[in-house]
Amino acid sequence: MEVSVTVNGVTHTHDVEPRTLLVQYIREQVGLTGTNIGCDTSSCGACTIHLDGEAVKSCTLLAVQADGGSITTIEGMAAADGTLHPMQQAFMENHGLQCGYCTPGMVMAATSLLQENPNPTEHDVRIGLEGNLCRCTGYHNIVQSVLAAAAK
Amino acid sequence: MTMTEDAPARTVLGQRLLRKEDPALLTGEAKFTADLVVPGALHLAVLRSPYAHATINSVDVSEALAAPGVRAAYAGAEVAAMFTGPLPCAWPVTADMKNPAHFPLAVTKAAFAGDGVACVLADSAAAAKDALELIKVDYTPHEAVTNLEDALSDRVVIHDELGTNKSYTWDLKIEETEGQVDAAFATAAYTTKQRFIQQRLIPAAMEPRSVLAVPQPFGGDMTLYSTTQIPHILKIFVAVLTGIPEHQMRVIAPAVGGGFGSKLNVYPEEVLCTALARKHKVPVRWTEDRSEASMSTIQGRAQIQDIELAADADGRLTGIRVRLIGDMGAYLQLVAPGVPLLGAFLYAGVYELPKAYDFSCTSVFTNMTPTDAYRGAGRPEATYAIERSMDALATEMGIDPLELRRRNFIPKDAFPYEAFTGLTYDSGDHDAAATVAAELMGYDEFRARQAAQNVPGATKLLGLGVSTYFEMCGLAPSRVLASLNYGAGGWEAATVRVLPTNRVQVVTGTAPHGQGHETSWSMIAAEKLGVDPADVDVLHSDTAIAPYGLDTYGSRSLPVGGVAIANACDGVIDKARQIAAHQLEANPDDLEFSGGVFRVAGSPDREMPLAAIAWAAFTAHDLPDGMEPNLEHSTHYDPPNFSWPFGTHMCAVEIDTETGQVEVLKYVAVDDCGVQVNPLIVDGQVHGGVIQGLAQALYEGAVYDTDGNLKNSTLAEYLVPAASDVPPITLGHTVTPSPTNQLGVKGVGEAGTIGAAPAVINAVVDALSGLGVRDIDMPASPNNVWHAIQAARASTTSSTHGGSQ
Repeated sequence: MEVSVTVNGVTHTHDVEPRTLLVQYIREQVGLTGTNIGCDTSSCGACTIHLDGEAVKSCTLLAVQADGGSITTIEGMAAADGTLHPMQQAFMENHGLQCGYCTPGMVMAATSLLQENPNPTEHDVRIGLEGNLCRCTGYHNIVQSVLAAAAK
Repeated sequence: MTMTEDAPARTVLGQRLLRKEDPALLTGEAKFTADLVVPGALHLAVLRSPYAHATINSVDVSEALAAPGVRAAYAGAEVAAMFTGPLPCAWPVTADMKNPAHFPLAVTKAAFAGDGVACVLADSAAAAKDALELIKVDYTPHEAVTNLEDALSDRVVIHDELGTNKSYTWDLKIEETEGQVDAAFATAAYTTKQRFIQQRLIPAAMEPRSVLAVPQPFGGDMTLYSTTQIPHILKIFVAVLTGIPEHQMRVIAPAVGGGFGSKLNVYPEEVLCTALARKHKVPVRWTEDRSEASMSTIQGRAQIQDIELAADADGRLTGIRVRLIGDMGAYLQLVAPGVPLLGAFLYAGVYELPKAYDFSCTSVFTNMTPTDAYRGAGRPEATYAIERSMDALATEMGIDPLELRRRNFIPKDAFPYEAFTGLTYDSGDHDAAATVAAELMGYDEFRARQAAQNVPGATKLLGLGVSTYFEMCGLAPSRVLASLNYGAGGWEAATVRVLPTNRVQVVTGTAPHGQGHETSWSMIAAEKLGVDPADVDVLHSDTAIAPYGLDTYGSRSLPVGGVAIANACDGVIDKARQIAAHQLEANPDDLEFSGGVFRVAGSPDREMPLAAIAWAAFTAHDLPDGMEPNLEHSTHYDPPNFSWPFGTHMCAVEIDTETGQVEVLKYVAVDDCGVQVNPLIVDGQVHGGVIQGLAQALYEGAVYDTDGNLKNSTLAEYLVPAASDVPPITLGHTVTPSPTNQLGVKGVGEAGTIGAAPAVINAVVDALSGLGVRDIDMPASPNNVWHAIQAARASTTSSTHGGSQ
């Protein structure tokens, strides 16, 4: 089946197997491997991207369901001149990542969270990120990162 | 913060420098193993036994071979013949330890649900997985062994050739005079006796394991990319097992997404991909699914602990007895037998104990996933047992648990302290750490609030838990490891080179997977050499670039690998001094080195910066007679001692007695890891460690049914906590430098995990103590807590009735 999507501003058209998950399509056919796969039950959120402005776990969709959609992945967050997105910068400044595997999904989910709630409390951030798992940070500095980004 | 060191003038160490690893990880630029694109790679898929214990009568791969895209399919026996022997266990803790042959795929018997029995190579991962369904395996299932005491009975023997499920018994009995332990218990004013269950944990690093073997068929070289913590150790074992000469075997650990011990192994898929890539002369890759990971990647903890304390009338410890049963799972993994031994030296915690110690561990095989080192490896288990027991002792004596601990602390002025085990604790100040923790917690205020709230009939009960700990880390002096029959040394290698343009390369044998070594090692070199940390590049995790190393585990990287880098810098400085003295026509002893510049003492205008020396070393136009060109030094550092970080953790909880829900109100962690290279990173290590320990206490546990099926193999069922499940953490630090290395540093990677579980469970039991609850199984889930409350109430009610009749 043919799928046409815009990824980080660039239009891609590919023939895909119907069973291809969106995350597999992004990684293997578009060739953007920043979106990670951490589980097989849509539990961990490592594959979170933005589809038409909303954070979604790209393992919960088939590639064909995204046909015609506009996708932003972690590779599309920094400015063309290399300036990090404010959320990326906040994660760096607050040591919100260690191994970095959950980080792309965390940044995408956190960015979406602030779009919906620009002034979250710590509690709001913790609830808002409950679909994204991290094993390294204990979340303390992830939460601080998101609060810092909100304060900017 | 309590500073107990004489602060030397440092310019870089101690700064909260942002990590140089982060931009690549934050933008998707970093490449994990599964991200690597190699044209023409075949995909491996492994068929796993659905039975925990079954004889394999036959394996028929013919239909799979005919499936679209399939290039090859193998049963276990064919695969075993590709190797020189079974997978390695590097820690034969006793001479008579039983170690069943563990082949990459099972040959005659599947010993756990998830044991590989056949495999497929195909053009795509999907084709390979599809073809697994076409393999026909004829099994004869047997009764599964999932209970440790049942396993010890040998009612059902798993490995027929061994004739028993017992792997080994390892004893450590230490007495000043024979019979001292028995005498201590006979004369004790107080004794405690408890059994604790260390439930099985699934490490659940966020990056699943992934392997990619790339052969060079006509040259003979093999490059193995793997999500491993141990590229150097892996290289040796893969070379030996496959017969590929070691000098032609290269292992690269690209970006690695967390480990916690789970990537500290030689796994079937690593040697399988290598052997099949060699055989088929094409790259072979494999990436596990999460559910597959839960079964086929090692699990942690899994011990039954029986511990008895003897104490005098003041509560001072006079004797300790420990009996462990260790669950090895189906086979012995790389260091699994040694995990209980790493804890054996810590069952007296941070307390003074006379030579009256009786420890014995018996480890057994079960039909469950093999276990091995998981963050802390033996030390969290030991700390849990002693810290839970100290609370039980305090309860028996009717004194405050923190007061009991203070009575038993090894005093500050006793360090370096030779413990009852003969090991020397390098430095410590337990009272200071406890005092800082109590202040941060508001200990006395909380006790008052607790007394007011925990009245009869209250349904919201407050509890406060304390734990104090030593982390025996920085593995390790090679001779000590030899005395424990460990199969390798504990040194670390470092090379430091100052390039012609005064940029610095540090080559390290450590293998980071989230710890920020590139940043911290840059800081060490920058501090020593007087250069900007941004001008230092750290090369690691590639055995062709960093040929020597013993990798990253056991909180060893800084106290061994980091110190090696500092020592290598000293070698560079020594050589640079000779060059500067030559060119400045001065005596080397008259040169002072600071801020990257050599100056002649008393003649500050006569100076030579490192940049000029590096260029001079490169051009070699005018070096001292006999000196070799270039400015580089390599060292191999074997530490003289373990390092002994320590600290106090405190946890405050409120429990709803009607639902069993535990809410953590406040968590305080005071950790002393000696001199901190980068406090930002130290904080992060403690945060993560604490939540991993808290997760054992409240949430996690691999659940097996009696048939040996793992019931919670996905992240939908196995409760790795989310941000919404855990509290923020209040950190404090004391700084007690280690006297055993030039940086004064200790490890910190496992400290949080070691301190956390006992602090949390002590808080839970403290909250419920008024109801008669004396212990609770981990995880203290609402269900477990509620049942503990009901059981205590039933017991109280029946004993009350008994008394009145």
